[in-house]
Amino acid sequence: MKYIDEFRDGERARHIAAKIAAEVRADVSYSFMEFCGGHTHAISRYGIADMLPANVRMIHGPGCPVCVLPIGRIDLAIRLALERGVMLCTYGDTMRVPASDGLSLINAKARGADVRMVYSASDALKLAEQHPGREVVFLAIGFETTTPPTALVLRDAMARAATNFSVLCCHVLTPAAITHILESAEVRHLGTLPIDGFIGPAHVSIVIGSQPYEHFAEKYRKPVVITGFEPLDVLQGILMLVRQVNSGRAVVENEFSRVVTSQGNVTAQALVSKVFELRESFEWRGLGEIPYSALKIRPAFAAWDAERKFNLRYVSVPDHQQCECGAILRGVKRPADCKLFGTVCTPERPMGSCMVSNEGSCAAHYSYGRFRDTAVVVS
Amino acid sequence: MCLAIPARVVQLLPSYRAVVDIAGVRKEISIDLVSDAQLDDYVIVHVGYAIGKIDPGEAQRSLALFSELAGSEGVV
Repeated sequence: MKYIDEFRDGERARHIAAKIAAEVRADVSYSFMEFCGGHTHAISRYGIADMLPANVRMIHGPGCPVCVLPIGRIDLAIRLALERGVMLCTYGDTMRVPASDGLSLINAKARGADVRMVYSASDALKLAEQHPGREVVFLAIGFETTTPPTALVLRDAMARAATNFSVLCCHVLTPAAITHILESAEVRHLGTLPIDGFIGPAHVSIVIGSQPYEHFAEKYRKPVVITGFEPLDVLQGILMLVRQVNSGRAVVENEFSRVVTSQGNVTAQALVSKVFELRESFEWRGLGEIPYSALKIRPAFAAWDAERKFNLRYVSVPDHQQCECGAILRGVKRPADCKLFGTVCTPERPMGSCMVSNEGSCAAHYSYGRFRDTAVVVS
Repeated sequence: MCLAIPARVVQLLPSYRAVVDIAGVRKEISIDLVSDAQLDDYVIVHVGYAIGKIDPGEAQRSLALFSELAGSEGVV
């Protein structure tokens, strides 16, 4: 496929890896956080970690919306489907997220709840129009990439007066989470967050542009390189970060220049701000409450806001006591440091947030890297 | 979750809809967010919506950059 195959070329990958090896300084250790789950997945799947020198470490960040969706929000959706008889539509990613009482949306479906997996937010609105006698709720999750489609569907629902349709909005914001990683009390308390730079989001940045990251580069003196999701992009992004660290620079650079611009998609931004406003606080699974880190539906669209329509009250639910997702999402611990990893917590039966989606750092490590450090024994 | 793929626009339809070609598979998507998309443009498709357009010149420049020799970044 054009614009994919040529960005996965092995020879070019080895060439960039050789440049990284040649340019890193032996006496410096480089720790870079890739914020996005898409990058985490690419780094594990394409063996990028193995192509890097020993003193370049990648820390997997919290940019997987399925992973950071708290149990309490899934509980709201499950109860709507089980107790209020709504037709609950959602992206496939959220179906298996473990919630309270051993339930997930897919288990709830097995118990008779009407849970529908949709490819697109517009499919949910279509279902509402096909079933005028039913209440249809779309569980909307995702970062800035996924928010504009939800905004369009809310606009269309209003225009078409689809009164049996509403959205349970769980959209979250990237810059707020990065600030939290850099500033949270836990990180200051633990004091061991060694981040020297960020691999900036690919598709989120198509929407928001490169400009919102300028703040991190300036205020925290951290280099940011916006990077595509293909393996050559990721390697080139790491090379650009190494070069910034070596020359003592901390600026925003754009490796993904074939799609990302400085301003981003202005049409999408205008639409999102017409339909959504900032939420004062939102709980992130593994990170806790983060102020102004999520969106809610504006009062003008209240009739299509499931939280208002069904008078939903959010109740926070703690994770498994031994789950280390919080520390892993902040880069303080690695997946293998968690007692639950690969034993009680596996991709088939995830306990914590990082194991839920294949973009989570634990799931990626389980699928592609868990035997990496095991010595090969030939009998 | 933020997965999105490059797809070529093969037909423009009314109401900001378009048919795209993804490795031989035809799919109808919305171009409401990239309303200036033209025939043969490559757009990035996420959950049935084009969210951005690929700049072929920039893509070529990236590929050239990947092949540059070590230490030749001098002129950034």
